[in-house]
Amino acid sequence: MPTLVSHPDEVKVISRRFGMGAAEIDKYIELDGYKAARLAAEKGPEWIIAEMKASGLRGRGGAGFPTGMKWSFVPKQSPKPKYVLVNGDESEPGTCKDHVIFLHDPHTVIEGAMIAGMAIGAKTGFIYLRGEYRYLLKIVEKAVADAYAKGFLGKNIFGIASLDFDVITQTGAGAYEVGEESALMESLEGKRGVPRIRPPFPAVVGLYGGPTIINNAETIAAVPHILNMGGEAYAKLGSERNGGTRLFGISGHVERPGIYELPMGYNLKKAIYEVAGGIKGGKKLKAVVPGGSSCPVLLPEEIDIGLDFDQMGKAGTMLGSGGIVVLDETVSIVEFALRVIKFYQHESCGWCIPCREGTDWIKKTLTRVYAGGGVKKDIDNVQYLAENMMGRTFCPLGDAAAMPTLGFVKKFRKEFEEYVDGKQSGTKLMPANDLVEIGSHS
Amino acid sequence: MSTVANTIFSPELAARFDKLVTIYPLRRSALVPMLLYAQDELGYVSDAAVHEIAARIGIFELDVRNVLSYYSMLRTKPAGKYNVQVCTNISCMLRGGYEILDHCKKKLGVENKGVTEDGQFSLEEVECIGACCWAPAMQVNYDFHEDLTPAKVDRILDDYAHGLGKDVK
Repeated sequence: MPTLVSHPDEVKVISRRFGMGAAEIDKYIELDGYKAARLAAEKGPEWIIAEMKASGLRGRGGAGFPTGMKWSFVPKQSPKPKYVLVNGDESEPGTCKDHVIFLHDPHTVIEGAMIAGMAIGAKTGFIYLRGEYRYLLKIVEKAVADAYAKGFLGKNIFGIASLDFDVITQTGAGAYEVGEESALMESLEGKRGVPRIRPPFPAVVGLYGGPTIINNAETIAAVPHILNMGGEAYAKLGSERNGGTRLFGISGHVERPGIYELPMGYNLKKAIYEVAGGIKGGKKLKAVVPGGSSCPVLLPEEIDIGLDFDQMGKAGTMLGSGGIVVLDETVSIVEFALRVIKFYQHESCGWCIPCREGTDWIKKTLTRVYAGGGVKKDIDNVQYLAENMMGRTFCPLGDAAAMPTLGFVKKFRKEFEEYVDGKQSGTKLMPANDLVEIGSHS
Repeated sequence: MSTVANTIFSPELAARFDKLVTIYPLRRSALVPMLLYAQDELGYVSDAAVHEIAARIGIFELDVRNVLSYYSMLRTKPAGKYNVQVCTNISCMLRGGYEILDHCKKKLGVENKGVTEDGQFSLEEVECIGACCWAPAMQVNYDFHEDLTPAKVDRILDDYAHGLGKDVK
């Protein structure tokens, strides 16, 4: 079971019930559970959306799109049923925040989905968990069954006529790509998880062709808390245009890795050196991947910035999924870049040629460099390939592979050049005989 | 009583499948979970499973295979009774994921994607499993094992070898 960590700088909103046994419905109710849903049912859809807009909540999956605005795009009248889809396909390397939400507070996801349903007029919600999270799926399935038994799901909820909401849980079966919203809908429809072209956007034509809102599990988990405390109060916890708090997962070379709930805009350097206890073993910091593996790397001199969507954007990177991966001085960036692209090459669904071919050729080129047979032209080629993937694919996976690659090659150009000159720095972690296996794609 | 005569699945799983195809707006939405649950019971997705799942949903076998080949957790060959999946993605790699994988190879005497001769264990290097803050991590039959060291891996695998390991299928 994942260890829970804590730090005095944390502001516990989403994590306030962690470790308190709130997966049990009675405990959840005791801790204000299903209060927000009742309030939402009384106040109605316009009030819900207004509160969500006031909260400044932005999508926690990584794109940072304002949630209230997303919900307001759903047409009021629709000939087809509308749906709420909770994205718990958490697969971005460095990210494990939804893991702890499902483990410690599954009802908040159910309640959030239900409120989202009331806001847009949907009567069915899906909670999609990645296939690897089987034990969490069981926890969520039990929570759903308990919610039905208590009358929080089903027909005439809270005794209100025609207030109906059903939740269906779904498992994936191993595919990073399915975390992308349109691929997620394909997967849920029993197909290969390849992306759809947009427009039309899911808010208009989504799951089964009906208007659909797709939100990350953490976004949905924040909803009941926002309604309970009020949108404005939630917004004030964070920084400008970045409402509230967020679960940050700090991993890699730190003394106290873990999931910490910090206010939006919290200083990244402080998060690493104070909250997570600094670099492991007193070593020197080399680089930080700030929001999951797809975010461009930051150098030690660049980390004195606030953790919100805008400040990270200004720094040339992204807040992403909030998975902060810390690299100490022993890491070879060449090796790290290869490991990152190996992942994206494996996960590219192959639908768009720039991504399918680009990830493969970058991986092949970096493999040669890593094995010691690289030339300087290889570094240029990697950059050229990555630049030509950007913005040329249906879904953001192509960008997600290209952006970190460009970050590594541009910011650590000297290290790449020294590497091809035979001056290899850093401890090798990947065994050389694994390079053959890296080529396999099963 | 299953809706499919001569089902290859256990009565419990057949009953579960009977229900599963009815809960979605489209029957086909049951496909990915059915493939995974079939694999859990049979050890892999066999030709007979593909045939029956296609019939249950009312789609072509080709449609089933098309989806089957996409998802990395689905396999068409048997794995060991205990499938050991070691994560080597970035967060795990930085905290010794490759060392753990190497240790498992030596301990089990198999390479990546190998199955031990007695069929008890199989080993697989996998991409991020969502346990980054508790790295290095691995899964055995869906059960997570975190903050691994070679000594801890020995204890976990010995437990499974003695039938004491958890199986959260």
